[in-house]
Amino acid sequence: MPDFEPVLLKRLNIPDVQRLDVYKGQGGYQATEKTLRQHSPDDVIGIVRDSKLRGRGGAGFPCGVKWGFLPSDRDVTYMCVNADESEPGTFNNRILMEGDPHQVIEGIVIASYATQASVAYIYIRYEFVKAFHTLQRAIDEAYQAGYLGQNILGTNFDLDVYLHRGAAAYICGEETGLIESLEGKRAWPRIKPPFPAVEGAFRKPTVVNNIETLACVPHIVERGADWFQSIGVPSDPMNPRDLGSYGPKLYCLSGHVNRPGCYELALGVTCRELIENQGGGVWKGRKAKAAIPGGISMGLLREDEFDTPLDFDSLQKVGCLGLGTAAVVVFDEQTSLVDVLYNSCRFFAHESCGQCTPCREGTGWMLRIVKRIQQGHGRVEDLDLLVQVAESMGIMPGTTICGLADGAAWPVKNAIAKFRNEFEDAVNSASAKGANVSAATTSSLHTN
Amino acid sequence: MDDQTRWSANGRRIPADVPHQPLLTDDMRKEIESYFPRYPTKQAVVLPALHIVQDRLHCVPSEAIVEIAEMLSLAPAEVHDTLSFYGFFRSPEKPLGKYRCWVCRSVSCAFRGGEKILEYLCRSLDVQPGETTADGQFSVEFAECLGGCDFAPCMLVNDQLRENLTEETVDELVKSLRKK
Ligand SMILES: Cc1cc2nc3c(=O)[nH]c(=O)nc-3n(C[C@H](O)[C@H](O)[C@H](O)COP(=O)(O)O)c2cc1C
Ligand code: SF4
Ligand code: FES
Repeated sequence: MPDFEPVLLKRLNIPDVQRLDVYKGQGGYQATEKTLRQHSPDDVIGIVRDSKLRGRGGAGFPCGVKWGFLPSDRDVTYMCVNADESEPGTFNNRILMEGDPHQVIEGIVIASYATQASVAYIYIRYEFVKAFHTLQRAIDEAYQAGYLGQNILGTNFDLDVYLHRGAAAYICGEETGLIESLEGKRAWPRIKPPFPAVEGAFRKPTVVNNIETLACVPHIVERGADWFQSIGVPSDPMNPRDLGSYGPKLYCLSGHVNRPGCYELALGVTCRELIENQGGGVWKGRKAKAAIPGGISMGLLREDEFDTPLDFDSLQKVGCLGLGTAAVVVFDEQTSLVDVLYNSCRFFAHESCGQCTPCREGTGWMLRIVKRIQQGHGRVEDLDLLVQVAESMGIMPGTTICGLADGAAWPVKNAIAKFRNEFEDAVNSASAKGANVSAATTSSLHTN
Repeated sequence: MDDQTRWSANGRRIPADVPHQPLLTDDMRKEIESYFPRYPTKQAVVLPALHIVQDRLHCVPSEAIVEIAEMLSLAPAEVHDTLSFYGFFRSPEKPLGKYRCWVCRSVSCAFRGGEKILEYLCRSLDVQPGETTADGQFSVEFAECLGGCDFAPCMLVNDQLRENLTEETVDELVKSLRKK
């Protein structure tokens, strides 16, 4: 892979780059000036579409294509900036907002110009207190300097940007849950279609984009679509569904490594390279057993699958759901994957919004079954039962409204498929303990 | 029903001769109103309003729900519906302590000792997750991923992320906060 120069994090170690004057001294807001003076909104959509930028929030949908779905006869357009970042293992939005807030604002201004949005709401999770204050200060400065507000840079483009704080619920990251929450209601995701581009916030056409996606936009406008495509992994010409994985990516590395952190690399680094080169290897001189490749919903990579490139289309080939948020969590050889799965199931049971029965009940059942396995009360038939519950819930089987259920089910199916021996051992050592177990477990299924 | 009719939090009609003592102060009302121009509907101000109240009072009393509803032209039940969806807001029976300690129990923290930190903090303050110490100083809760996994295990104490926690740093923190 050719040498890679950081793009999104390049200004991060410049002192006080959160201040507008320092940011401008580093070439900041030039992309905004160029866009507003030289490009029409449709030009910008075209450039972003040509760059093949795919959304960084988890689904990997092509950004320019999404913007193109906005109806041409719309009167009002809203931009919803997704800064709810709650997928366990993920923290790159936080780094961008705390470290280089004006870059984020620039992305929002250019994207809003392209989509003709007049108001942008940044939905930021409540727990990001520092990011909230940093971003608010930067927004105030941008208003004063004329990059936000009325007649931006003397053009007839107006944009207001508001921060909107969440209240500690994972489901508010799902784009229509976010919109409902923004509107002041419980964050119950909506049935789609209609998609937000047609009917979103306040029933108006709405664009929802992740912070990192938007941070890429100023660089694409400044350096061009070809530059963006010179980074990353080209699409496979034999596979028309492969849209390529272009551009820089912020990988979040955590768990059992020596140097956890957020690392910017060209899309397509392998899990092993990331762990060894950036992470300084597995901690305590141990070996790795497995890793989550892109946030907890994506499933697990076995150690012998670590040479898989972390891009949008390779992880499916090894049974993972996808790249997700590119959050890699490493587990050393001493980790119990039953414990990992328990942690995952507990998270989703806690975060299911409760709207769809298969998700509300299914996440609870999976949690209780994994819990009894973990506590030594598992039964031989539990593994198949778990898989059966997991297979019945999600958008993919068509039983739920949003993808939380798929994300809850995937790690279950995936862990049992890849580490069946470990789960069988846990169950067998339990059944060796004797017959009074099954009475205890029957009741434990109905409690908790 | 005319506009003057007042309703208590439990849905009773308040007789006209009972003097009206609003729970929301003028400052709180002004701050809530300052959010109106941001959104095309008043309902969108529900979350900001709830935050404003809980920030000041460490809980959201039912009178506040009624008054917020009035300000936003909603039924109290609508405000309550939103509030109850988020496990975040506290009732007056279980107000937050001076310090809200949110200990992360999600995957990156849990496998670097986060679960033990939660247990340790609970033990040293003699509370269960969700409870507040008798002196009203510390509320301990578990959190799901705080987005600070590069500093695992971590917890959020009010506005500050406390990073790479050990039993020793937890002890020091509790001691220094107690002194304040
Ligand atoms: C349960 C669930 C949670 C999600 N959480 C987030 C999140 O925290 N941040 C985010 O950007 N996208 C999240 N998404 C994806 C969003 O629905 C949406 O695809 C994304 O914000 C679009 O932006 P992008 O195209 O720029 O990636 C979540 C999706 C689901 C199903
Ligand atoms: S799938 Fe789960 S989280 Fe999503 S809407 Fe249904 S119940 Fe809610
Ligand atoms: S898992 Fe604890 S902060 Fe992310």
